[in-house]
Amino acid sequence: MVKAREQSIAIRKAGLGYNGKAILDDVDLQIAPGEIICLLGQNGAGKTTLFRTMLGFIAPLRGSVSLAGREVSRLSPKEIARIVSYVPQSYAMPFAYSVTDVVLFGRSAHLGLFASPGSRDRRVAAECLDLLEIAHLASRPFNELSGGERQMVVIARALAQEARFMILDEPASNLDYGNQVRVIRKIRELAGCEIGILMATHHPDHAFMAASRVAVLSGGRLSHDGTPEAMLTPETLRHLYGVEVQVFDTPQNGHASRRVCAPVVE
Amino acid sequence: MKGVSLILVCFAALVGVSVLSLGVGRYPVSPGDILSWLVTGGSADQNLPVVLLGIRLPRLVAAIAAGGALSLSGAAYQGLFRNPMVSPDILGVSSGSGFGAALGILFSLPVAAVQAMSLAGGITAVLAAVLVSRAIGRSSDSVLVLVLSGIVISSLFGALLSLLKYIADPLDKLPAITYWLMGSFADIRTGELGTAVAMVLAGAIPLLLVSWRLNVLSFGEEEARSLGLHTGRMRLAVILCATLVTASMISICGIIGWVGLVVPHISRFLAGANHRRLMPVSFLVGAAFMVAVDTVARSAASVEIPVGIITAVLGAPFFIWIMKRSSVRAW
Repeated sequence: MVKAREQSIAIRKAGLGYNGKAILDDVDLQIAPGEIICLLGQNGAGKTTLFRTMLGFIAPLRGSVSLAGREVSRLSPKEIARIVSYVPQSYAMPFAYSVTDVVLFGRSAHLGLFASPGSRDRRVAAECLDLLEIAHLASRPFNELSGGERQMVVIARALAQEARFMILDEPASNLDYGNQVRVIRKIRELAGCEIGILMATHHPDHAFMAASRVAVLSGGRLSHDGTPEAMLTPETLRHLYGVEVQVFDTPQNGHASRRVCAPVVE
Repeated sequence: MKGVSLILVCFAALVGVSVLSLGVGRYPVSPGDILSWLVTGGSADQNLPVVLLGIRLPRLVAAIAAGGALSLSGAAYQGLFRNPMVSPDILGVSSGSGFGAALGILFSLPVAAVQAMSLAGGITAVLAAVLVSRAIGRSSDSVLVLVLSGIVISSLFGALLSLLKYIADPLDKLPAITYWLMGSFADIRTGELGTAVAMVLAGAIPLLLVSWRLNVLSFGEEEARSLGLHTGRMRLAVILCATLVTASMISICGIIGWVGLVVPHISRFLAGANHRRLMPVSFLVGAAFMVAVDTVARSAASVEIPVGIITAVLGAPFFIWIMKRSSVRAW
């Protein structure tokens, strides 16, 4: 148990918020390498607060938030970046860096103050591009990529940090349908490489596709933490989103059966 | 190594422009004479060493240092503030320096003291902007708060400068202040130049060393932090270095606008967005540009034209072209 805790992200009875005011209270969450935890909740439920705390931007008001067995507030940005990487929502960049450069920026936590990336860093970056199957983009300007390509590049950058955990903020939200599925598949592959993943999403289907566990943020609490099948029932989805949703299993027609959501619209 | 060869080309261009500039003036010297004098150490013309060493070389060094300093800090600020429209005086260094110099001129202080006050004014203004932004607090967008603080401090010092101009003697002090604000290399003297160049080096070398990390900073506060940077410290260090570099040159040659805004764009066009290449190229291109502009300033007309006027006249249309280009593609 001690060993498991040393290798995981562990939040214990934590109150999280700003300026002494807790936005989330009594938060308990543990993420082990190889797990995918999907975080669901409405906008403003405290997802950003949770992420910011886990990344060390803000200190927990009470309780404990530990990364690989050490309190996050005692870690330097560099130490945190070696334990957990972060994939923000897609955005535009003011400068036209090449894709290779962007992925190399993920190596910052492994470089000295005055250093620039060396041959080992270039090798890691190339491997990350390969793993995400975007090596052909290497010399393209990041700004000129499509949304799906950009998302893959930013995931490659996070991967280049060689951190055991990755936090993704709605990685599939602004993508077209095919790219959503591609990103979810890649995230499953990353978990297969023993990376522990916390992923925020607005789509319960994403949780059915990828998650080993689901955590739900609502009313200032993190209620969790069960399998997607146990957590995402028509009742909880109605409670969470205020709409009727049918939940059922796909038939076995050559592919493995999987649970899906179908919102009721009439 | 594309980057290294580009830097060598820019360096060669700077050397070429410098040799030409040394030859141009009221007392023309051919580039051949300059080179033979450099190689052999002797010259048939007795006046040549005096003209070159005593008059044109200090001015050349000042133009190189000023152009390089303004462009380097401009490139650093554009990365830091994630905004290609930012110039080195965004945090108030120019208006602070102008105010300090005007105060010195108003009290009839000696030249060295005017320069020291200008330097102090520039650094004070930037520190005030940084402190104001800290006092406002840890907002989620601290870069925006910093820029707004800079604008406030800048306009405050601008108003104080107007006050000084208003009360200055219009026959004597006011022209001196106005002329100082236009920027010129005409009054450069070797003693102060040495100090200013030393300060430029003290700020420029750290900026060049952290240039790779400036890339990461340009992704914004939280993202840079999640990538492992100590963003607060890093940003403060970049601001202090850039301010030292800019204020030390402004203090001896006055306010020269546009260079720090425009040259990083030309350099980005040549070197790409990566600050590792962009920063040294900006320094060299800015230096060469300033040498060329100063050569025009001192030789185009029978009276010397303040160099700040020429940079503005060249900079404004160029900036319009940049804006037009930016609607097509990214920086």
